[in-house]
Formats: sequence, structure tokens, C-alpha cells
Amino acid sequence: MAISVKSESPPEVAGERRDDGVFVLNLSGTWRLDRNQPDYNPWRRLKNDPIPSRIVISGRGLEQWDSSLLIFLRGIQQVCPPKVAVELENFPPGAQALLRLARPAAPAPSPAKLSGLIQVWRKFLDDTRYTLEFVGGLTLALGRLLCCRAYFRATDFWAELQECGPAALPIITVISLLVGTILAFMGALQLKLFGAEIFIADLVGIGMVREMGALMTAIIMTGRTGSAFAARLGSMQANEEIDALQTMGIAPMEFLVLPRVLALVLMLPLLTVYANLLGILGGGLVGVVLFDLTPRQYYLQTVNAVTLSAVFSGLIKSVVYGVLIAFSGCLQGLRCGRSASAVGDATTAAVVHGIVYIIVADAILSIVFTLMQF
Amino acid sequence: MVAKIDSAVHIDVAGLTMAYGANLIQRDVNFTVRRGEIFVVMGGSGCGKSTLLRHMVGLLRPAAGRVVYNGASFWDADDGQRAALLRGMGILYQGGALWSSMTLSENIALPLEAYTSLSASQIREVAALKLALVGLAGFEDYYPASLSGGMRKRAGLARALALDPEILFFDEPSAGLDPVSARQLDDLILSLRDGLGVTLVVVTHELASIFAIGDNSIFLDAAGKTPIAGGHPRDLLENCRDARVQCFLRRGELKE
Ligand SMILES: Nc1ncnc2c1ncn2[C@@H]1O[C@H](COP(=O)(O)OP(=O)(O)OP(=O)(O)O)[C@@H](O)[C@H]1O
Ligand SMILES: [Mg+2]
Repeated sequence: MAISVKSESPPEVAGERRDDGVFVLNLSGTWRLDRNQPDYNPWRRLKNDPIPSRIVISGRGLEQWDSSLLIFLRGIQQVCPPKVAVELENFPPGAQALLRLARPAAPAPSPAKLSGLIQVWRKFLDDTRYTLEFVGGLTLALGRLLCCRAYFRATDFWAELQECGPAALPIITVISLLVGTILAFMGALQLKLFGAEIFIADLVGIGMVREMGALMTAIIMTGRTGSAFAARLGSMQANEEIDALQTMGIAPMEFLVLPRVLALVLMLPLLTVYANLLGILGGGLVGVVLFDLTPRQYYLQTVNAVTLSAVFSGLIKSVVYGVLIAFSGCLQGLRCGRSASAVGDATTAAVVHGIVYIIVADAILSIVFTLMQF
Repeated sequence: MVAKIDSAVHIDVAGLTMAYGANLIQRDVNFTVRRGEIFVVMGGSGCGKSTLLRHMVGLLRPAAGRVVYNGASFWDADDGQRAALLRGMGILYQGGALWSSMTLSENIALPLEAYTSLSASQIREVAALKLALVGLAGFEDYYPASLSGGMRKRAGLARALALDPEILFFDEPSAGLDPVSARQLDDLILSLRDGLGVTLVVVTHELASIFAIGDNSIFLDAAGKTPIAGGHPRDLLENCRDARVQCFLRRGELKE
């Protein structure tokens, strides 16, 4: 704010009591935020004297000033008891105008604050209620979909299919091949002790088809797609875009959530089949290259070992995982607050919850299938 | 340096052409803003006013032309000079652009913490002062999401004022404000100029405020993609022959 360039003297305050009982403060020097401010409180000066009727602050000696001067003047006004009038004298008109504008208005209501424990409990209740509402809303939306009354755009659905399926192929390819090789290796080292290398095919085939294919695909898709759902819907929430949909009578649950859930539920089993095949391929490579099996042997052994019920148990799991991933992604997205960090939190929560749901569902389904001898 | 500070021209925009890729927005924009002047940028919606501000504050690089501050061209300066120039600017974005995960006082405190050596309590006082200036005293601990649209706008204004900048850029400061607050905002703008000698570049559609505060102006035309008029708003109203300018300044009611 330097307007003139002559050398600057430091900001100073001098107080004196005039004979008529008025207390006069003389301000001088250059007042700048990046300098030291005088620490001055008239009441400390006046401790033992009778309270003056008025305080007059004179700005005659001021050179340059910025916000720091206003802060000082506001401070004086605040520490003075209401019955003492504070007057400004010889201040630049700009400073007086700004000070008038900054006069404290009626105090704003302070935002409500709750104690820690109550907050945690409230949040837990809120989360539970919201989750239940979301499950209910999603069920109703699915019901309307069955009656062909749900509204979403085919282009959105198509884009989501694209995003949940083909776009994920490269990473699924790499991971599944590697998982297949790892399974084969781990097993082969043990099986070799008994000269039973041929059972690598059983191990990899059943392991991939029943468990690893669906599980690895689901975990990859949680990180890749579940998080994307949360971030996308979360930033829409932050921008009031979801409110705009709602007020137009378009249900976000149908318009945004349904296409995503459907796309993921359709695509995840397909990706799982693909992952199973590649895993078996990876295992086969290890068997053929390192353990002297012929490709034909490996193929026949695999076909023998992998039953249709094993394949279906994997596919059923993948459908459940698809629902869970889309569910946690969309739920966290719609639940998002209106700030940038809230979007980040929603994305994190979507992935963390998604993975937990998947593992829990895996445990339950594995037990159920075992009991049913499926 | 001394001579430059004393010279009257603060901002000089010369031959500026603005484009997003191949999409030309405005060409041959020329104007100067004198120190302590309130410069109004006018024009229909979508003509490139916000884009012009973004070019002036270094967010977008001009396709051609220069933006000169105190005789130093912004885009020819090195990083250090550019940072120094930016520190002297306060910007109110059209959408407020408050950092949504910080309270209002944290929003204002951030530049103060980064660029000054003030203590925490002084920073709190500065934040309180700036909020009081825009009529938001007492809202220090609110998050932007729990404010009304107009309040967010005013909070953005308070943040633009945080460092007592020499140049303020306001993108539609009075949009979303009631007439009384809009009037107070004009008072604030005038007091900032008179009190602190700030230079202001204001984008606004508010006719009352254009005539109340504007010292000089430029009118951007969307169809021709170039400025078609400039000068003191009252002069424009009385002397400018261009139908588009007259239409704008008279809210569509053309002079007989
Ligand atoms: N990021 C961008 N990429 C491409 N084109 C853009 C971008 N931002 C704006 N535009 C285009 O530039 C033109 C000018 O936009 P700008 O935001 O500067 O308008 P404005 O004059 O500020 O309008 P308003 O008064 O409505 O705010 C518009 O036609 C817009 O479509
Ligand atoms: Mg704009």
C-alpha cells in the first residue's frame, strides 16, 4: 500500500489526559501489518485515575496505514466500557469509512458444537439410518425397474458398462495371470515332494474358479470403480447437482445409482470368468515351463477338476460382490458433504467399506456353500 | 522502482488476444488502469469478462499481447517477480471459490500465515476485521457450506482483502446480494479506494453500481469478439453512439 516512498517511522501511541477530563490518544508513524504493532491498552494507563468521560483518538501524526490501524482502533473500541464515548479526530476519511463499515453488527449465532462421545453416537445412528434408507430406496428403485418405470438414460448406462467392463480388462489381465502363477508356484513346491506335480492343475483351477478369480476381481474393482462412483457422486453432491436432479423430480436413486449397480452386477461376473481363464493360463504356463507337464495333460486335468458347481459358486459370489461394491460406492457418494475434503473422505470410505463387505460376504458364502456341499 | 511507483498507470493491457485453444474469445483488448481507479469491465454474459480477469491474474496465458503491471510485463517476468506481483493482488472469483474444508477465518488466515509473520492472535484479529468489513462479523467459525450464496460471495471478498492488496479483481461482486448489501458493497469499494488507495478492476452487470463507482470502463462485445467502447460510464451513456452499448446501459430500453 506504499504510496509515498519517504522513510517510514514506526507506529506509536501517546496518551495524555487533558484538564477537562478527556483522554487523548495521539497516533503517529506508519502502520503496517508486517511491522510490530504498539501494544497499547488505555485502561492499563488509566488504572488509578478516574474514568474519563470521552476518549479522543487523533490521527494527525499518521503517515501511512493499512488494516493494522483499523484493528488497533477496533481493539480500543472493544475494551472501552459503553458509557465512554470514543471519538476519532483528524483521521483520513477513508479510514473512518472503513471503520464504520467494520462496526460489529449483531453477533452471529455460533454453530452448534456437541461433545465428542455424543457426536460419535449421533454419527453412528445417522450412518445406520442412512444405510437402511439407502437399502430401502435401492430396493424400491429396483422394483420400479422391474415394472419398467425407473428413469435413467441409456447413454449413462452404456458409459458405465464401458467403464466397469472393457476399461478394466488390462489390469484384470495382469493381476489374474500373476495370481495364477503364484498359486501354481506355491502349490508346486509342496506337490513336488510327492511327485504329484500334475495336481497343480487342480489346485489352480479350483482355487481360481471358486475363490481367487471372483475375490481378486472384486477387490480390483472396488479400488477402480467403487472409488470412482463415490468421487463422481460426491462431487455432484458438493455442487448441488444432486439437489437439482431431485427438484426436477428425477430420483437420484434411479438416475444415478441404478445404472451403476446394474452395470457392475452385469460386468463383474464376466470379468470374473475372464480372470478365471487367465489365472488358469498363468498356472498352466508355470506347470508347462517349469514342471515338465504337457499342455494337453494340464488341460485335461483342469477340465476334470473344475466342476460346474465350482464355476457357479464363483459366479454367484461375483454377483454379490458387484452389488456390494456399487452399493458402498454410491452410498458414500450420495452421503457426501459439501466440501472438497468430504469428497476425499467419501472415496476412502467407499473403498474401505467395500473391501470389508467383500471379505465378510466371502466368508459367509464360503461357509454356506460348504454346508450345502455346493 | 521509485519512478514506476509514482507513475499514474498501474495496469496496462496491450493488444491482448484471448483464446481457449482454437476458440477465440476476444482480440485486440487494449486499456490502461490508473492507480487508485475503479475500472469496470462490462459486456453481455459469455463475452469473456471472467476470461479477461483470468488472463490478468496469470491463470491463463495470452494468445497474444501483454499485461503490464507498474511497467513490468507479467508474462515476461521471472517466477519470483510473478509471485511478488500476485501477492499484491486480491481476487474475488465469480463462484466465491472459498476452500470448502476450512472455516471462514481459516480461509482468510491461510494467505496471512503463508506471507506474513503475524502471530496467531493477530491473524485472528485481521480475519475478524475483514469479515466485519463485509458484514460477516461473528461468522468466523462457519464453514462455507453452511452460508447462503450471497454470504459466500462476501466471504470470498473478505479473503481477497486478506493481504491488503494493491490491486483487487472482483468478478461480479454484487451478484446474489440484496440491494442494501449491494449498496454497502459499493461503499466498501469506494472506501477501499479512498482509504487505502487500492486499484480495482470490477466485472459487474449492476447498472447502479457501474454508475456509482466506475471511473473508467471497457465494453466487450460477444458477437464481434472485440471491445467496442471504453471510458467513463456516464460519458458512455451520454455520448456513445453504439446501439449495443446504449442497450446495455439502459437495460434494453433504447434512447429515442
Ligand atoms: N475453460 C474453458 N474452456 C473453453 N471455453 C471456455 C472456458 N471457460 C469459458 N469458456 C468460453 O469462453 C467464453 C467466455 O466465458 P467467460 O466465463 O469469460 O464469460 P463471462 O463474460 O464471464 O460471462 P458471465 O457474465 O456469464 O460470467 C464463453 O463462451 C465460454 O463458453
Ligand atoms: Mg463471468
